[in-house]
Amino acid sequence: MRHIISILLENEAGALSRVSGLFSARGYNIESLTVAPTNDSTLSRMTVVTRGSDKVADQIVKQLNKLIDVVKLADLTEGAHIERELMVIKVAASGTQREEIKRLVDIFRGRILDVTESTYIVELTGTSEKLDALISALELTDIIEVVRSGPTGIARGVSALKA
Amino acid sequence: MQLTGADILIKSLHESGVEVVFGYPGGAALHLYDAMYRQDKVKHYLVRHEQGATHAADGYARSTGKPGVVLVTSGPGVTNAVTGIATAYMDSIPMVVISGQVMLPLIGGDAFQEVDAVGVTRPIVKHNFLIKNVDDVASTMKKAFHIATTGRPGPVVVDVPKDITAQVTEYIWPKDINIRSYPTTPDADVGQVNKAVDALLASRRPVIYSGGGVLLADAEEELIEMVRLLGFPCTNTLMGLGAYPYDDSLFIGMLGMHGTYESNMAMHDADVILSVGARFDDRITGETGTFAPNATIIHIDIDPAQISKSIHAHIPVVGDAKQVLQAMLATLRVAKAKPNEAAIKQWWKIIQGWRAKNSYAYDNSSEEVIKPQFVVQKLHEVTHGNAFITADVGQHQMFAAQFYGFNKTRRWINSGGLGTMGFGLPSAMGVKIAHPDADVACVTGEGSIVMCIQELSTCKQYDLPIKIINLNNRYLGMVRQWQEFFYDRRYSNSYMDSIPDFVKLAEAYGHVGMQITKPSDVEGALKEAFVMKDRLVFMDFITDQKENVYPMIAAGKAHNEMHLRPDFGSDSKSSAKSGTKEK
Repeated sequence: MRHIISILLENEAGALSRVSGLFSARGYNIESLTVAPTNDSTLSRMTVVTRGSDKVADQIVKQLNKLIDVVKLADLTEGAHIERELMVIKVAASGTQREEIKRLVDIFRGRILDVTESTYIVELTGTSEKLDALISALELTDIIEVVRSGPTGIARGVSALKA
Repeated sequence: MQLTGADILIKSLHESGVEVVFGYPGGAALHLYDAMYRQDKVKHYLVRHEQGATHAADGYARSTGKPGVVLVTSGPGVTNAVTGIATAYMDSIPMVVISGQVMLPLIGGDAFQEVDAVGVTRPIVKHNFLIKNVDDVASTMKKAFHIATTGRPGPVVVDVPKDITAQVTEYIWPKDINIRSYPTTPDADVGQVNKAVDALLASRRPVIYSGGGVLLADAEEELIEMVRLLGFPCTNTLMGLGAYPYDDSLFIGMLGMHGTYESNMAMHDADVILSVGARFDDRITGETGTFAPNATIIHIDIDPAQISKSIHAHIPVVGDAKQVLQAMLATLRVAKAKPNEAAIKQWWKIIQGWRAKNSYAYDNSSEEVIKPQFVVQKLHEVTHGNAFITADVGQHQMFAAQFYGFNKTRRWINSGGLGTMGFGLPSAMGVKIAHPDADVACVTGEGSIVMCIQELSTCKQYDLPIKIINLNNRYLGMVRQWQEFFYDRRYSNSYMDSIPDFVKLAEAYGHVGMQITKPSDVEGALKEAFVMKDRLVFMDFITDQKENVYPMIAAGKAHNEMHLRPDFGSDSKSSAKSGTKEK
């Protein structure tokens, strides 16, 4: 089962390696990992997407909680939550393709950020599935480069992950 | 007061109650060693290898409950310490390791004797620090000791660049520290305590199973009171020996791979298991799928991550073992229900049947060949069971655990989790320094002892009259045993050729050496050695080459599939060399 774990951790050198090291040392898998400072500059917010049974997820949460640099964490998949991932994709766009790709981007509510005679750079935000869907919709040969942030997430409603 | 980083660091040791430090100097640690020289509050013991420093600090910590402290230099200094840090980590031993580091501007540039100490030690520490500002030295040290000694204890590494130790700043020892992500241990949940007590009182076939956590929490009195109040059988793990007196009738011995038949069978057939400060390690459970199939598991642990890690806990109780047991005792004392006397009596009858197999029995009839078990039994007699016993790792370790008989905590010092050969001698140094008037014996083998043999020199320098009990079977005995059982007797690299003359070796280091080859000489030699209060005596016992440790649960097998000794004992009919399933 897929789990999205949101972590507030000390914004200190080495904190990231403690988290990623724990995953590799204990054989947990990391599907994606994003991290950036929060409005409180002493804290970073990390989102890790992992796969495993509920027992494994329970262990991951407990082991992460033991890390001194981890201030708080939550398994977002335990409740209602919102997920968003950002993708920036460079596609070949010339001749008749140009109109077709533009239409496709509009359907997905993406934005074209950069245009050259032969390429577009497209920005798309949404769930990972939506990003996958755009990739599937494009001709494989048209895709030049894909950059994905990995999902970030937040719980719905009033509950919040705060120090 | 303006002080250098080095002076602040050494002063912070004193402020933290540290009396002794084990270490080895080197370039990056020179300012620290200079600060050490200019004070007399903290005594430094110079070891001969950094692994020895960590094990000595570890032995000191295990035998006192106080944190062990290590001081090493950068690069090879800290990498040599890694095995000892990992050893302490696996057994939750409080330790603070200070490592010198190259100067800040040189970090990352592949400088001489540079290693990423924080990176190398990260997976084997509770936490570690790299100090980047001299103003942080005092507060970091305060945090390091706090983290190492509270909650589930463990080693903490503090890496200090050389330039930081030279810089000067105002010395302020912080009164309090605040680590927002490091909560204090909460009191046990009352609801869970009540559930645990109810389950115990309703049980018909209970076992109380306690581990090293009871020692770490100083909860042995509560454990003993609980066991006696209920009249339930108690078993200890290898790490927990001494928590319950070995000679008490309610004690059913050590459990696990080389535990007694009665303890493992009782675990297998139990309907309620109360686990206190133990973590259901694979050497305890065997195959987890067949572990205690009918038991309700009550798991008391200070570390929530241990709960249901390998064995599902039906009634988890997170908290300090002492506090949880006190809460349970308070509830028990006023509980209307009482243990089911008839059922418990019947349970004890079954256990006595298992006990009658006398699963530790061995053939001691030879007048020519010394049995290792016999040496340990005589060691107990000669020291009246009061010695501190350190061990290395292998057959001798199991014989010591099975046969010495511990009735006090912190007397049995061994590397249970990591299984570190080389641990015995240096840890004995730490124990002897902490308890100068007590008998301290290192039970070892000819394989393990040479892994840190250089520390004989440290023992000479500081006059540490340890007694070394070398059970010399000319084999890496435990490896050989597994090869006999599981590799068709292909003894690949388990025979020790060219073993040193240990008597001469001991003498070369300035100690007393003895070789004992006959069973009839064992007792006399031990007495002679222990009378020499001020000398280290290296006793080289030439023991049976092919003796095996029994009973044994093979890795991945269930508790009721023990190998009993095939060639001797009351069970000789029902067990074969390949092991027989006991039902």
